[in-house]
Amino acid sequence: MEAIAKEASIKGGEFIVRETEAEEIFIPEEFSEEQKMMAAATQDFINQEINPNISRMDNLEEGFMSSLMEKAGQLGLLGVTVPEEYGGLGMSFNTGMLIADIVAAAGSFSTAYGAHTGIGTLPILYYGTEEQRQKYLPLLASGEWKACYCLTEPDAGSDANSGKTKAKLTEDGKHYLINGQKMWISNAGFADLFIVFAKIDDDKNLTAFLIEKSFGGITMNEEEKKLGIKGSSTRQVFFNDCKVPVENMLSERENGFKIAVNVLNVGRIKLGCGVINGCKYVTTLATNYANERKQFGVSISSFGAIQTKLANMAAKTYAVESASYRAGQDIEDLISSLKEEGLEPAQAKLKAMEQFAIECAIIKILGSEVLNYIADEGVQVYGGMGFSEEAPMARAYRDARITRIYEGTNEINRMLLVGMILKKALKGEIDLLGPAMAVGKELTSVPSFEQPDLSQPMAQEKDTLRKLKKSALMVAGKAAETFGPKLNDEQEILMHIADMLIEIYAAECVILRTEKLMSRYSEEEAKLYKDMTTLYLFDAVQKIKNHGDEAVACFATGDELKVLLMGMKRFTKTEPVNTKELRRSIAGKMISVNKFPYTLY
Amino acid sequence: MKILVCITHVPDTTSRIAFTDGNTKFDKNGIQFIIGPYDDYALARAVELKEQHGGSITAINVGEAETEPTIRKALAIGADEAIRVNAHPEDAIFVAKQIASVAKGGDYDLILMGRESIDFNGGQVHGMVGEILGIPSISPVMKLDIEGNTAKVTREIEGGKEYLEIEMPFIAGCQEPIAEWKIPNMRGIMSARTKPLNVIDPTGDNPMNVVEVFEMPPAKSGVKLVEPDNLEELVKLLKTEAKVI
Ligand SMILES: Cc1cc2nc3c(=O)[nH]c(=O)nc-3n(C[C@H](O)[C@H](O)[C@H](O)COP(=O)(O)OP(=O)(O)OC[C@H]3O[C@@H](n4cnc5c(N)ncnc54)[C@H](O)[C@@H]3O)c2cc1C
Repeated sequence: MEAIAKEASIKGGEFIVRETEAEEIFIPEEFSEEQKMMAAATQDFINQEINPNISRMDNLEEGFMSSLMEKAGQLGLLGVTVPEEYGGLGMSFNTGMLIADIVAAAGSFSTAYGAHTGIGTLPILYYGTEEQRQKYLPLLASGEWKACYCLTEPDAGSDANSGKTKAKLTEDGKHYLINGQKMWISNAGFADLFIVFAKIDDDKNLTAFLIEKSFGGITMNEEEKKLGIKGSSTRQVFFNDCKVPVENMLSERENGFKIAVNVLNVGRIKLGCGVINGCKYVTTLATNYANERKQFGVSISSFGAIQTKLANMAAKTYAVESASYRAGQDIEDLISSLKEEGLEPAQAKLKAMEQFAIECAIIKILGSEVLNYIADEGVQVYGGMGFSEEAPMARAYRDARITRIYEGTNEINRMLLVGMILKKALKGEIDLLGPAMAVGKELTSVPSFEQPDLSQPMAQEKDTLRKLKKSALMVAGKAAETFGPKLNDEQEILMHIADMLIEIYAAECVILRTEKLMSRYSEEEAKLYKDMTTLYLFDAVQKIKNHGDEAVACFATGDELKVLLMGMKRFTKTEPVNTKELRRSIAGKMISVNKFPYTLY
Repeated sequence: MKILVCITHVPDTTSRIAFTDGNTKFDKNGIQFIIGPYDDYALARAVELKEQHGGSITAINVGEAETEPTIRKALAIGADEAIRVNAHPEDAIFVAKQIASVAKGGDYDLILMGRESIDFNGGQVHGMVGEILGIPSISPVMKLDIEGNTAKVTREIEGGKEYLEIEMPFIAGCQEPIAEWKIPNMRGIMSARTKPLNVIDPTGDNPMNVVEVFEMPPAKSGVKLVEPDNLEELVKLLKTEAKVI
């Protein structure tokens, strides 16, 4: 049985002003036996089909990736969230997230998988006509056909809507002729179906088309020579009078950019979640190596410097995992309640994703940056062997890098997420102004000496979190007040605010997950999770303080700056933490189990 | 064709083994359990045989309620139904008696299991079940094909292979390369929920073994490298440390 969706109560972006209870969030420990078995089967697939064949995959052996996709299709991995009537399994959003999480340990395959099941399949699911869905989705869910998504062009990357690819109606009105060039197209080398964005005549906005390879007029460059994910096919694709039947237009004319943006929301959260098992795999490798490698007569895992790395790797992964599945379930719950309100399933999904676009961006950034941190430290734990292609770390390091670039660069995502929060506030969807003003008032009054009720679980941590939210409201509120709509041009400040929000969301998810676990586990069992939480929160507070201090100094001066800096100080004040002991304790557990410190599936 | 596949519920091969209660009990804390890898081969071959010849597969496990996820994995991989004999699998003869008791009433053409479990690696159950039922038992079986009522079997023997022909019913203790492990597909996992898993009480037989204490093998010491021209040192170490000459 899947976790039962509850009434959607948490709104997208609302975390910044809302106090959420532990019981309101979903944690991955709550996955059902069936979902866990699916995760384990996916891991079996990686162990059996991919790990022994990494070099075949990364050397782009003809037909190999394509055959892996077919095998994944036979196992049902390509249609996890595709409804049953279109040949999928019709599983929940979070189940789809879970499979993406596990696939993350599969290197290049993870990209091929993400491109096919995410941006390659979802546009049809969400925007296709019934005929289009019936025709293409079963082929894609089974892996018989492979899909790719052609949005980016040489001169249209982050500015995706500026693409020059053209579509022109033929005289008989039966076809569009597509002409143009696409770049960086994942899966292009073996795709049967191309989702292509082009402009009809002199339209301002893109229109999407479903193009079968067999329509003709498609040529490609050689495979790109890439830094990482070398086994993923990435090519430039050229359309020369490619003749597309009019019924293969997806959705309406000029609706393409909207499709691209909405599908990317899903892509983003799945990419963020789709690093977790990669993080765990690298952390386990690093732990194994640290236990085995001896220098100065002892295992290097006995050194505090190495233990620091291992503990950080675990705590950060715990954070990405906590945030991903909490957001995933929040989305799931909203989908359910929208469906109950009578919305068609595809519409409900789209609307829910749009509502949670802020969290999607946060998780994309958080996940990709944690993965890169972990891969980097993984190399470091391996020392010289980390730099050698004979050991697995070099590949992990190279493969990790792309995640900060595609599905919208992390810079674009940072700006988007702050922009979206401010927009929601302007539209009155979340009340930022009230809390921001309250914070302003608090600043000029005597600090409260009220203490949290420490007999409650996580009381201290929640108190810290409450204050961190105030710090972000203070900075964002003041910046918005100072610049008005011109805040968009102050990217430096936007980046700082984004970082504050990301850390707050992650910290909240970690705190609430641990609180939930504390009510289920013995004190001894819960210790690991508490330690990771304290460590993560401590780190988050330091980051938030730095970003806040820097941000306010970017625009305020004199007394105003002084008050704001004092606010930052007040809102980021925490109890001292002995991080050395915390890290030793977390790493100690990892060293003893010789892997990532806990196992879920 | 009716096939009975016996499944063990064992710690994952990468588990770190520890004991509790004065070294009399296995410490299950933090351990992932899996279908015994040799049983997994047996199950995979059973699924293939069913695909070729039709019939049905029953999975059986002697174990307490905690083994049910493992049993459901066998259902997900392709067993049609499962039986759990509700008892701790104390020793080989106890388990063999339970399996034989189920098999007696079941009219199975084939009883497949792993050549051995990977926890205690006893490798005795297939022989014992055969003895109790009075039917042949062969192990370790690397290849198994069925033609009509006859099976062609390849068995590994010391230094070579033995090719046998045998009438059904019989028991086979399986090992690679009899089949490739099957990954349960997602639909299989979803349908496992609705397949019957019957829990039955054990026969009145008592186990014959009592564990007094478990002992871990002594930790292996690291390898010592001796320069190739330093024969004296090598001889000294072999004499004084390794004590082999
Ligand atoms: C391996 C790989 C696979 C890919 N797969 C696909 C695919 O399947 N389909 C597809 O359509 N695309 C794909 N892409 C393209 C990818 O989405 C783009 O590369 C990405 O969106 C960035 O665009 P760009 O490369 O043109 O960089 P640019 O947009 O030129 O960005 C360069 C730098 O400028 C920054 N920047 C850009 N605009 C702004 C701004 N307004 N404010 C602040 N900073 C800004 C960026 O953050 C970045 O740091 C893939 C790319 C790679 C490398």
